[in-house]
Amino acid sequence: MQTQTQVVPIRTPEQSSGDDIPTVLQPDGTLNEAHDPKLELSEVLDLYKAMVRTRVIDGQLERLQRQGRIGFHIGSLGEEACIIGSAAAMREQDWIFPCYREFGALLWRGFPLQSYVDNMYGNVDDVVQGRQMPDHYTGRPYRFGSVSSPIGTQITQAVGFSWAAMSKGSDEVSSVYFGEGATSSSEFHTGLNFGGVMNSPTIFLCRNNRWAISVPSEKQTASESFAAKGIAYGVPGVQVDGNDVLATYKVVREAVEKAAKGGGPTLIEMLTYRVGGHSTSDDPRAYRVQDEVERWRKTDPILRMKLHLEKIDAWNEEQDEAFKKECEAELKACIKAAEAKEKPPLETMFDGVFAEKPWHLEEQQAELLSGPRAKDHH
Amino acid sequence: MAEMNLVQAINGALASEMRQNNDVVVLGEDVGKVGGVFRVTQGLYDEFGENRVIDTPLAEGGIIGTAVGMALYGLRPVPEIQFADFIFPAFDQIVSEVAKFRYRSGGEYTCPMVIRTPVGGGIRGGHYHSQSPESLFIHTAGLKVVCPSNPYDAKGLLLSAIRDDDPVLFFEPKRVYRAVKAEVPEEDYTIPIGKAKVVREGNDVTVVAWGAMLFEALASATEVAEQGVDAEVIDLRTLWPVDIDSIVESVKKTGRLVIVHEAPKACGFGAELLSLAVEKCFVHLEAPPVRVTGWDTPFPYTLEMEYLPLQHRITPALLETAQYVP
Ligand SMILES: Cc1ncc(C[n+]2csc(CCOP(=O)(O)OP(=O)(O)O)c2C)c(N)n1
Repeated sequence: MQTQTQVVPIRTPEQSSGDDIPTVLQPDGTLNEAHDPKLELSEVLDLYKAMVRTRVIDGQLERLQRQGRIGFHIGSLGEEACIIGSAAAMREQDWIFPCYREFGALLWRGFPLQSYVDNMYGNVDDVVQGRQMPDHYTGRPYRFGSVSSPIGTQITQAVGFSWAAMSKGSDEVSSVYFGEGATSSSEFHTGLNFGGVMNSPTIFLCRNNRWAISVPSEKQTASESFAAKGIAYGVPGVQVDGNDVLATYKVVREAVEKAAKGGGPTLIEMLTYRVGGHSTSDDPRAYRVQDEVERWRKTDPILRMKLHLEKIDAWNEEQDEAFKKECEAELKACIKAAEAKEKPPLETMFDGVFAEKPWHLEEQQAELLSGPRAKDHH
Repeated sequence: MAEMNLVQAINGALASEMRQNNDVVVLGEDVGKVGGVFRVTQGLYDEFGENRVIDTPLAEGGIIGTAVGMALYGLRPVPEIQFADFIFPAFDQIVSEVAKFRYRSGGEYTCPMVIRTPVGGGIRGGHYHSQSPESLFIHTAGLKVVCPSNPYDAKGLLLSAIRDDDPVLFFEPKRVYRAVKAEVPEEDYTIPIGKAKVVREGNDVTVVAWGAMLFEALASATEVAEQGVDAEVIDLRTLWPVDIDSIVESVKKTGRLVIVHEAPKACGFGAELLSLAVEKCFVHLEAPPVRVTGWDTPFPYTLEMEYLPLQHRITPALLETAQYVP
C-alpha cells in the first residue's frame, strides 16, 4: 500500500481499482493476497452480513417513504463496503463522526435497530424524541457522533475531539465521514489544516461516490484526485477501492494504528458510487445516464464478496436467502413497534435547549400546553 | 396571462431578465443541469449555457464570495443558497462584505446581487431545512430583504430586486412553492421594493404577516369574521426597508396589532415591528401589540405543526387583541 498521495483521476468504475489502488476482492470474487488483511472467516462473514443487512434496510425504508409512512430516508445503496469496511476498522475504543449516509456504521457499532427505526419515525422512543429529521441519529454510548445536515461541520469537530483524547494521553482515534462534495467546504480545508498542524489522530474518510446530489465530482475539484488534497496540508492522502470491503478495512486499519501511535492524520479517498438517488427527495434520472449506473453495478461490493464467499465454500444461495429473510423479519418487527408508539409529548419541545429551562421557555411551554392544538397537516 | 405557481413565476422572471440583460448570471449548488433541488432554475442551463448558469462546488462562502467579485466587476449575479439553513457558511461574506461594500468604499464599489433562498417550515425538514433567518440580515445594515407570498408578487419583486443597485436577500417560502397559484402576466412588470400590500381590509385589528404565514393569517381573518371581528391583513412583501407608512396607517385605524412570523420570538422581526408600532402609534394603540411566532427552540421535526404560528394560534390572538379591554 502506498502511503503517499497517488494522483489518479477517477471517472469510471474500471479505474476505481487496479495497480495503484489497493484492491483485495476482484469483481469476479477472486482474492488478491498482496493486500488481504487476513481476517478470520467469521469476521469476513460478519462484514458481508452487515453489508447485506444495510442493503435490506435501505430498500425497506425507501419503500416506507414512498408509502408516506416515514418522511425521509438517505440511503447507501452501492456504498456499503466503504461504510462497513471503514467502521469495522475502527477499534473498540475509537470514535466515529458521521456524515448522514452511514447508518450501516451506526448499526455496526451495536446501535439497536429498534432505536434507529424509532429515529426514522421521530417517535417518543427516538433518542432525541423527534427533534431531528429521519436519519439524523445520535449514538454517544456507541462512540458515535450526532448527525447534522450542514455539510462539512463534523470534519473540524473530529479533529478537536481526537486531539482532546490525545492530549489526555488516550490512544482513542476518531474517524470522520464526508462525501467528495464536502471537500469543497471550508470545514474540510480547515479540518485538514488543523489536523496536520495539531498532528491529531483523525482519519478523514471521504466517500467519493461521484455525485453530490446532481453535481458530478469533476465539477467539485480541478485536482486529479480528492486524496491529493492532503498534500497541501501535510496530511498523507490515499485512495482505496471503496467497493472492496477488505481493502477498505485494511487501509483504514493501518491509518488508525498509525494515528494511535502519534503518527497523525490520514486522508482516505474511498472510491465508490452512489447507485441510488441522493435521498428519497431526489430522482437521479434528471441528471445522469443509466448506463453509468449499470457499469458501477458490475463492481457491486456485495456481489463481489458473495462471489468470493461462494468460491471458498463459506456461503451459499440458500444461506443468503435465509439471512435476508431474517433481516427483513427483524426490521418488520421494529417498524411495527415504531408505528405503534406515540409522538413525543409536547413539552419535550422545550427540553434540551439549555441544561436548565429559563423563564421564557417555561412561559412558552405553558402557553403551548394551555393553547389550542394544531391539526395534523401532514 | 397564465396561471402559475411560485416556482414557475420565479423561474419565468429569471429567464426573462436573463434574456434582457446578459450580465445576469445564476450560480449555486445544483442550479444547472437539474435546475435546482426545487427546480426553480429549471431550463435556464439549457437556454443560457454553463457560463451564465453555474453549478458551483459545494461551498456557500465560495458562492457568495465569487458573486461579490462578479458584482464588483459589473455583472448582476443571482446566487442561490439551496436552503436558507445553509446560508451560514456565507454569513461572513454577506455581513462583512456584501452589506458593507458601498459604504466602506464611498460608493466606488457596490455589490448589486440577489441572493435567492428557500425559507420556512411545514415540509418535514427538521432543524436544517425549515428555518427563517430573516432578522439576522435585517439587523445587518446595507441589505434589503424581500419575501413574496404569491407568484404575482414574486415575479414583480424579483425583477425589481435584480434591477436594484443594492444587494437583496430574496426569501422564497418553500411551503407554498407549489401550493399558491395566481395569474401572472407574461409582460415585464415590477413591484417596488419597500411597499406592503393590504390584502384584506378591516377595521378592528391589524395583522402583519408575510410568506407562507400570510395564508394562515388570512384563514384566521376569515374565521374571526364569523365572530364579528373585522381584521385587516397586511402582506409585508418587503421586510426591509419595511413599509412603515402602511403599518402606521392601519394601526391608527384599528388601534390593535398582531404580528405573525415563523422565526423564533426573541429578536425576531416582530420585535422590531412591535417597537416601531409603539414608537409611532403609541397614542392610537388600544391593546397591547401581540406576536404569534415560532417558539424559542430549534425548529423541531415531529412537532413542527405545534411549533409553527398557524391558524389555530393566530385566531385566538386576533380575538383577544380585538376584544381587549384595559
Ligand atoms: C452547507 C450545506 N450546503 C448545502 C447542503 C445541501 N446538500 C445536502 S447533501 C448535498 C450534497 C453532498 O454531497 P457529498 O458531500 O458528495 O456527499 P453525498 O451526499 O454524495 O454522500 C448538498 C448540496 C447542505 N446540507 N449543507
